[in-house]
Amino acid sequence: MAGGLTYTAIDSTSLSTAEIYGQALVELGEKHPEVVALTADLAKSTKIGDFMKKFPDRFFNVGIAEQNMFGIAAGMARAGLVPFLSTFSQFASFRSADQLHTDLCYQNVNAKVIATHSGTSFGQAGSTHHAICDLALVRSIPNLTVICPADGVETYNAVMAAYNTPGPFYIRINRGFDRVLYKDTNYGFELGKAVTVHEGSDITIIATGSCVFQAWEAAQFLDTNDGLKVRVLDMHTIKPIDKEAIVKAVMDTRRIITVEDHNVIGGLGSAVAEVMAEAGKGCAFKKLGHQDCFAPIGLHEDIMNAVGIDSNGIISAVRETMKMDFEEDDNWDDEV
Amino acid sequence: MPLSKTEWLALEKKAHELRMLTLDTTHWAGSGHIGGGMSALDVMTVLYHKYMKIDLKNPKWEDRDRFILSKGHVGIAYAPLLCDLGYNDKEMLKTFNLSNSMMGMHLDSNKIAGVDASTGSLGHGLSIAVGTALAARVLGKDYKTYVLLGDGECDEGSNWEAAMSAAHYKVTNMISFVDRNKCMIDGKTEDVMRLEPLADKWESFGFIVKTIDGNNIKEICEAIDFALANETDKPVMIILDTVKGCGIDFMEGDYTWHYGSLDDEKYEKAKIALQESYEKRIARVEKEGK
Repeated sequence: MAGGLTYTAIDSTSLSTAEIYGQALVELGEKHPEVVALTADLAKSTKIGDFMKKFPDRFFNVGIAEQNMFGIAAGMARAGLVPFLSTFSQFASFRSADQLHTDLCYQNVNAKVIATHSGTSFGQAGSTHHAICDLALVRSIPNLTVICPADGVETYNAVMAAYNTPGPFYIRINRGFDRVLYKDTNYGFELGKAVTVHEGSDITIIATGSCVFQAWEAAQFLDTNDGLKVRVLDMHTIKPIDKEAIVKAVMDTRRIITVEDHNVIGGLGSAVAEVMAEAGKGCAFKKLGHQDCFAPIGLHEDIMNAVGIDSNGIISAVRETMKMDFEEDDNWDDEV
Repeated sequence: MPLSKTEWLALEKKAHELRMLTLDTTHWAGSGHIGGGMSALDVMTVLYHKYMKIDLKNPKWEDRDRFILSKGHVGIAYAPLLCDLGYNDKEMLKTFNLSNSMMGMHLDSNKIAGVDASTGSLGHGLSIAVGTALAARVLGKDYKTYVLLGDGECDEGSNWEAAMSAAHYKVTNMISFVDRNKCMIDGKTEDVMRLEPLADKWESFGFIVKTIDGNNIKEICEAIDFALANETDKPVMIILDTVKGCGIDFMEGDYTWHYGSLDDEKYEKAKIALQESYEKRIARVEKEGK
């Protein structure tokens, strides 16, 4: 296994994604005395309690004060520390947006934001605690690398990559358990490069975060039941996005569906559409995600089902998209 | 150690030179945040020319004392100070605020040597200063962090988050100032959004507060000496009772000079006013200095 991760696949099913982050942070803390951890009264929820116990002098719980946490982290980073800031995605983005923008990103400091409870993974908490707009905000901030890992193992890889890459990072992870996609860390994770988790030539699903597993499951089902060869890309890095993989998918499959636990405005789907439009290459295209609506309350999997970003929703969308042809004719009457 | 007359005179001279250079910079730029620049220049001069441990050859020296200009719009006075120190070419001041200049009204810490934080969005500096000071603790360094807030800026709630954390973490290696010039863009601070009792607010947040004449170099030095000698576990806040536009009679106390432009006539008048103000200040030092 790469990167020194000692957990097995069993561990990644027994540890939640945030707990794996907590372990990764301890590992970094042990190796690197300049790593410090900050949270805003969410040490328990963000699972950085082990770091707190092991390195109490390098742990700062600033209370319910996210703006201050970001400012403190910026000061620490400029003085040579490597702060990891953990709070819920909604507050890591919107509540402290100005500090994220100016103190972290404009100053281009070496600080890592671990935004937990992303998307609708804190389902029952409702829209005050869902983060379905954060990607739209954070991916537009210069200097910021934005990652949305598919599961706990990928979160480990993302955290290690963030430590090893200077500059501000926003890593968006879920509350609770993610379905396990990767058995170990050694699958070729590379910042800015999509992972092909299922090969196919009929259609491409570009997914991020918890939707990658759903897409992978859908691809297997469609292969067995519909005889469709579905390519699934794990687009873990939202910025800088893997343009090459997107354009290649347009060329190879001529049909693309994006899936994200985020509003369809401003997130993965928008990022993919931008790449396609700029490439001058079109194809049949559908964006799955929250359709510019606040999500209902419920268990994460129920919300994903209701919104159509689970495997069932993806299967339906694939079948529908297979009926669509990318038209290369000059007749615009049926488009406009 | 009490401020000697010679040292006091030297600091007055430097503050005067920097006021003149700030006036020039505002004139070259066509306009600028001159009012708050003039109110803040005494404490900035004292910090950089008497107290701060810095390396003039290496602005990024990791053991240097830090200065966070939370009222970042006063770049118009900070840039002249940093150029005068030799960190940046003085000629750059002639490009201040102009297209393609490295120097905009809020200085960029990644472009302008000596700037310890990119500020401008208000209510950020105290948090950054707390982080800088806590980093010294984690890294085992003994540098000091100085932070200068504007008074209008104290409206921002984030300052009070930072204040709580400074007291909670006992950040005594940080010394804070508020430039209490009592003016903000839209009017007098007490008319726009009442700040008083400001000293009580800081005190209740866990600071030791000293209020002084913030345009009196001797009092500034005494207050910093007091803060440096602080052996309690409370951070020190020095409220600088200052005059907006200090030294330029027609700007003094006038909130409309928060940001203003200077034509040639006003520029010449301002120069004369600064010279007269300087002479008065020198006369006072001659009388009171020891």
